[in-house]
Amino acid sequence: MSKDVAVLGVGMHPWGKWGKNFVEYGVKACNDALKDAGIDWKDVDFVSGAETVRNGYPGYVAGATFAQALGWSGASVATSYAACASGATGINAARARILSGMSDVALVIGADTTPKGFLAPNAGERWDDPDWLRFRLMGCTNPTYFALYARRRMDIYGATEEDFAQVKVKNSRHGFTNPNARYKKKFTMEEVLGSNMVADPLRLFEICATSDGAACVVLTSMEYAKKHSTRPVRVSGVSTVTPTFPSTVIEMPNFSTDSAYSVPVPDTEFRDSIAAYAYEEAGVGPEDMSLAEVYDLSSALELDWYENIGLCKPGEAEKLLRDGDTTLGGRVPVNPSGGLACFGEAVPAQAIAQVCELVWQLRGQAGERQVEGAKAGITANQGLFGHGSSVLCTI
Amino acid sequence: MAANETVPAIEGWFTEGDNPALIGTQCTQCKTFFFPREETYCRNPGCQSTEFESVELSREGTIWSYAEHFYKPPAPYIAPEPFEPYTIAAVELAEEKLVILGQMAKGVAHSDLKAGMKVELVVEPIYDLDDKTHTVWKWKPLAA
Repeated sequence: MSKDVAVLGVGMHPWGKWGKNFVEYGVKACNDALKDAGIDWKDVDFVSGAETVRNGYPGYVAGATFAQALGWSGASVATSYAACASGATGINAARARILSGMSDVALVIGADTTPKGFLAPNAGERWDDPDWLRFRLMGCTNPTYFALYARRRMDIYGATEEDFAQVKVKNSRHGFTNPNARYKKKFTMEEVLGSNMVADPLRLFEICATSDGAACVVLTSMEYAKKHSTRPVRVSGVSTVTPTFPSTVIEMPNFSTDSAYSVPVPDTEFRDSIAAYAYEEAGVGPEDMSLAEVYDLSSALELDWYENIGLCKPGEAEKLLRDGDTTLGGRVPVNPSGGLACFGEAVPAQAIAQVCELVWQLRGQAGERQVEGAKAGITANQGLFGHGSSVLCTI
Repeated sequence: MAANETVPAIEGWFTEGDNPALIGTQCTQCKTFFFPREETYCRNPGCQSTEFESVELSREGTIWSYAEHFYKPPAPYIAPEPFEPYTIAAVELAEEKLVILGQMAKGVAHSDLKAGMKVELVVEPIYDLDDKTHTVWKWKPLAA
């Protein structure tokens, strides 16, 4: 039995700081995706919402919030939360229902309205919450982790500040014409290296902002899709794996790792296991990928992902970048959408937005950022507290 | 002005004195170490133990990586006024085979650090609150 489901429609609300209710963005993305799929809202039998934790109760029950806003139709509903990985978890919930025969048409939707500045933990005195304690006891912000990984690359692999800036320069050129991107400006190396240091070695223009935005995909069974499309994009693998004990790489929001004292570190570390699972499900490998959308929360983090998704061996990411392999026109363009560098992060929408880009690329509808002849692509992302997230699409 | 009373920012996580150490736990069955303290169910998936011993962790480790901060973090961090940049290091403890974050001791220059450098644990003030100076663990390069 094929484990594929079809992506019949995709839609987004442009990223930005629009200052409106997240529901408005979400409904726009849903309507665009339904129109793209050529089906009616009332044909959707399952709504899979990705939760936002920054918009009160309507955000906690996002699936139902959007179902109500689109007009109660009696569809089944679920809402997922997995931090940055929420979108992939929502996609996986929809896929499971379709593959089990319980649903034919599912709508996966994530939208967010975000506050300005650093993402902060929940309010109050929370002495048993590592996400609260890391701020209180040592002022450990999200960019702290990005900077730790970046400095590690410099000290171990010889990465340079110019390498990190080059990722931003590359992505800013990729996303320049993307109508859904928030930042449409071609940054120069000098501008990136001239921006303020936030968490050494990372500068302001190398750290992802928080954005408003929404993304939606309409997933259907392959059988249903064939009635509506001659050549639908397929979801051939979805990974929502957790780490395997002991996980000894420091991960946000923790300030310590597991101990490998009694059980040896597994052969595949957590971040390597995320894409590996999607490849295995799809029965393909990194060499089959035409493009990748990875989570560049920082410019340097994109380089880690090259290795984590198997585009090269550990320590070789800088060479891949410098050789132009991951630039549009190169062997395997990474973040042709412009990535988080051009979008900023709208947490529950971001993993879904990555899939929207794969779909446009595989259909040949990506305009000036089109990867020629794209046949397969993979997304990679990770949510706080051990949520892997990867979606592999083929055509 | 009288000196503030000094108290730990968090109770029972570290010892004080000349040779301070973090206080973790160790599973009595599989011997896995935990920091912060795990005292209910062992998190090794192959171990069903519910018994743990309190242990002082190694005072010395090696830097895995480090990051200096130039912007004031949001609450609940209590930053000094005026704000002063600080460095956070991830430090590997060889014996326990785990990594623990902590600020670097005051006065340590970020430019002097390197992955693989040996450090030791110290206890230093982190913030003042309610007329008390609160302390926390930090890392300090070992004298060469």
